[in-house]
Amino acid sequence: MENNRNNLTIETDVCVIGAGHAGCEAALACARLGLNTVIFTVSIESIALMPCNPNVGGTSKGHLVRELDALGGEMGKNIDKTFIQSKMLNLSKGPAVHSLRAQADKANYSHEMRETLENQENLTIKQGEVCEILFDEDGDNKIIKGVRIFTGTTYLCKAVIICSGTYLNARCLCGEAITYTGPNGLQAATYLSESLNAMGVTLRRFKTGTPARMDKRSLDFSKMEEQKGDERIIPFSFSTNPDDIQKDQVSCYLTYTNEETHKIIKANLDRSPIYAGIIEGTGPRYCPSIEDKVVKFADKERHQVFIEPEGLYTNEMYVGGMSSSLPEDVQLAMYRTVPGLENCKIVRNAYAIEYDCLTPGHLTLSLEIKGVSGLFSAGQFNGSSGYEEAAAQGLIAGINAARKIQGKEPVILDRSEAYIGVLIDDLVTKENLEPYRMMTSRAEYRLLLRQDNADFRLRKIGYEVGLVTKEQYDYVLYKDEKITAEVDRLKNTFVGSATKNQEYLESLGSAPLRTGTSLAELLCRPEITYENLSFFDKEREPLSEDIIEQVCIRIKYEGYIERQERQVAAFKKMEKKLIPDDINYDDVSSLRLEARQKLKLFRPLSVGQASRISGVTPADVSVLLIYLASIGK
Amino acid sequence: MDTIAAICTALSPSGIGIIRISGEEAITIADKIFKGADKKKLKESDSHTIHYGHIVDGNEIVDEVLVMLMKAPRSYTMEDVVEIDCHGGILVLKKVFNLLIENGCRPSEPGEFTKRAFLNGRIDLTSAEAVMDLISSKSEMARKNSVSMLNGKMYELIKNLREEILYYIAKIEAALDDPEHMSLDGFEEELQEKINNIQEKINQLIKSYDSGKILKEGINTAIVGKPNAGKSSILNMILNEERAIVTEIKGTTRDTLEESYDIGGITLNLIDTAGIHESDDVVEKIGIERAKSAIEKADLVLYVADSSTETDVFDDQIISLIDGKKSICLLNKSDLQRETTKQELNAHFEGCLIKPVILYTSAKNGEGKEELFEMIKEMFFAGEISFNDEIMVSNLRQKNDLVIASDSLKKVSESIENSMPEDFLSIDLMSAYAALGEIIGEEVSDDLVDKIFSEFCMGK
Repeated sequence: MENNRNNLTIETDVCVIGAGHAGCEAALACARLGLNTVIFTVSIESIALMPCNPNVGGTSKGHLVRELDALGGEMGKNIDKTFIQSKMLNLSKGPAVHSLRAQADKANYSHEMRETLENQENLTIKQGEVCEILFDEDGDNKIIKGVRIFTGTTYLCKAVIICSGTYLNARCLCGEAITYTGPNGLQAATYLSESLNAMGVTLRRFKTGTPARMDKRSLDFSKMEEQKGDERIIPFSFSTNPDDIQKDQVSCYLTYTNEETHKIIKANLDRSPIYAGIIEGTGPRYCPSIEDKVVKFADKERHQVFIEPEGLYTNEMYVGGMSSSLPEDVQLAMYRTVPGLENCKIVRNAYAIEYDCLTPGHLTLSLEIKGVSGLFSAGQFNGSSGYEEAAAQGLIAGINAARKIQGKEPVILDRSEAYIGVLIDDLVTKENLEPYRMMTSRAEYRLLLRQDNADFRLRKIGYEVGLVTKEQYDYVLYKDEKITAEVDRLKNTFVGSATKNQEYLESLGSAPLRTGTSLAELLCRPEITYENLSFFDKEREPLSEDIIEQVCIRIKYEGYIERQERQVAAFKKMEKKLIPDDINYDDVSSLRLEARQKLKLFRPLSVGQASRISGVTPADVSVLLIYLASIGK
Repeated sequence: MDTIAAICTALSPSGIGIIRISGEEAITIADKIFKGADKKKLKESDSHTIHYGHIVDGNEIVDEVLVMLMKAPRSYTMEDVVEIDCHGGILVLKKVFNLLIENGCRPSEPGEFTKRAFLNGRIDLTSAEAVMDLISSKSEMARKNSVSMLNGKMYELIKNLREEILYYIAKIEAALDDPEHMSLDGFEEELQEKINNIQEKINQLIKSYDSGKILKEGINTAIVGKPNAGKSSILNMILNEERAIVTEIKGTTRDTLEESYDIGGITLNLIDTAGIHESDDVVEKIGIERAKSAIEKADLVLYVADSSTETDVFDDQIISLIDGKKSICLLNKSDLQRETTKQELNAHFEGCLIKPVILYTSAKNGEGKEELFEMIKEMFFAGEISFNDEIMVSNLRQKNDLVIASDSLKKVSESIENSMPEDFLSIDLMSAYAALGEIIGEEVSDDLVDKIFSEFCMGK
């Protein structure tokens, strides 16, 4: 690069590094908020690439997509355009854990997103590897000035958003075969890590993996269980009309590993780079390789394998549940023991990938990096995993980069407002030792953070930010009014114990009425649905599905919801106790050493956040509270 | 802020005990259990007035009391404060305190009244710094205490109950996060049975707290000294029996021995310890460590020195260990040729916070025994030694947490009965898990996620 005489300089407002799921959302948000934005990618073909599983959503991830959509993000709309099968998971469980998941046509998903980017006003797509981040220094603080790409061209800007995914110093492993490439054999980014290190932004190694893809013609689906989509498809996006997306769906298939499979894996463990110690990165526990599953859960006789189509116009099938970094010969032998895969042909081998990502302590809740004004980051670079986690962060980083340039306060969602809030708080506050995946068990106030009410929770914020139209926001207000009125009406409409009423209840297997009971009380009985109530309530105004759903949830789960709201009130109190930016923890006497070190590293914004840092005890929190009061905060 | 209550006086058998309540609900809660002689509600009374009446539990009169009313902001904490002067001794005091908890107060944390006073602007910065030290050291101490006072068996029991609950939460959560890999079919019956089982165990524990445990608690009295100073003989002298093995070989008592003895209505929990000196013997070393920890926990230390030998560096070591503790020094073996006198031993206490009284004793002929008993009684009734009230608070707090855990499990059963989906069950299971964690000083943190991954095979 030293001999490069290209000194082309281009001015813009925001540079987004990477065009994966985080990068696309970040760039679209900035452009839509009126800023000139350039999005860089090593290959135009890799925009919104899905290099692993061919689906969007799933438990808790579906919630993220809904929330992102309510805020004005793109992922929900894009999957609504390109899904080939859709399913609402956990329908037998409570409404808080219903989760939407759709199989995507990968190529189409990528293509549609690219088209959206290409047609977005204020947005420029540029193919090129960003090698260096440029900054000015102002005392201890650094201020973003721009980026330089491999050709030597400089882009001057006010904010940079790093969405580098798994590309930084990427290394792919398939048994003994190692390549220094990004996912799908794409070019890795080999310069940026060094530039970041030089700025004092330290990195660590994470690892993830993906299973093989197989030729559909070589598989015998008669030996597997067919898995169909839902009859009535529910869209991801609040702005997609459900009637517009009902269509024929493709199936997925379920099969299982067996003892023979496990025997082959165990016999070849010494050739797995992980067990041979070649892989240094930390891998995720929630999507373990098949080697890991067989070793850790040795008493399990079989593991599920999901065969999922990669798209409508390809023969490639994704083999979910069997990611691996074993060598090709072992892979083929092991796959061929599985019913239906006896004659399988592998199109792409399973592999593990290692990459650089941020060490804990650098991030703030606005997703700006500490000490570098104007440098934001999102996605796997921040230590997360998953398309949805990446997209959610991308949107927030994009919004906050734009707001910073426009001199506005950042948008920070807390743990009681959104899964996105839980996700970012966990990434910022915890020392996650593996790629972080969203899980419903991570959300303390799950009952309030449902996928069905993401619009109530977040449309308003999206509207105020400027990514949601007035019409979209007004619909939420209208809906809320209707729901409140109907809940009120059901609570105040009573049913008598006339014989025909008793007979009807008996036919539903429900206990007879003693005295006047409200419709709401009846609805609380597990066996009674809103539909059933029409027997007693002939004159009622017809309401839309989404409104009925909310009415039922509010009435049936009222007690639990109120309890959770009380917990939230207590939580908010601590979140509101802010810690000043310039606090010197050495001045806070009586803090234990470990707590002092952790607080210095993470520099929490509030006492609530401080209390979630591992190593900070309740006693330390008390000490901190008293100190803050003593300095008049 | 929520409303807190604490027993402010030491839990000694003195006549009057004071309970203080502070917080938004202080007056409302007091009104629920206080019936004034003038029938007037505290809520309608003026601030800074004293009221005579009774504490009642339903229709039953618990105690005759004086109640002091201080309305915000004219109180120590600048919140509404009610002080109740009770007259019926320790058990009644405890009963009144429990009534307050049942009616919505929370047992206060160490230093919490002072903390509130500061946070509400009542005391200044210098006092505040002292309070910070107090809170960090005291809550650490309280944590240690509450853990140490649980005997090993009870600690194990709670730990196991928690483990079981966590397993079931993890099972539910794993199935919620990975519905295609895990099914919860038939899970509810299994869970219901388990819940009943756990709840029964917790309710038994709650009962054990109610059955006047306080009387059993007594004064923890550690007997310490160098090897062969006659600690075990002193124990036998007090107990009037050959309880401890006594030989002339140094280091015979390798572990601590515990015995209870009643002197005139005061229970002494006597802990005989291994002699404190340097030792290479592993078993004996452990004994010495235990002796040190016994001193830490003791309300009273009986330091046994040998009058028939000269003092040495180990005596100084012991003296530094017991410094700050209420102690009585027994210059034993007074029947033998005297090599160390009271005056000589007294000189070793130069610079100590408390100088103990020194008595000559002879375990052999019983000299000093009556004198020792009189002295203990005198100290106790003068309030110089008392039950460790920190422990009492922990004790009550523990009971409170057990009640929360039990109530939460009851809610789980109700949810199962009402056919609520599984994700509702884990909400209350989690509350039970957290409450039991408070008792053994463990937090929730990331246990759950770790448990899910270690027990269940997740994912793609």
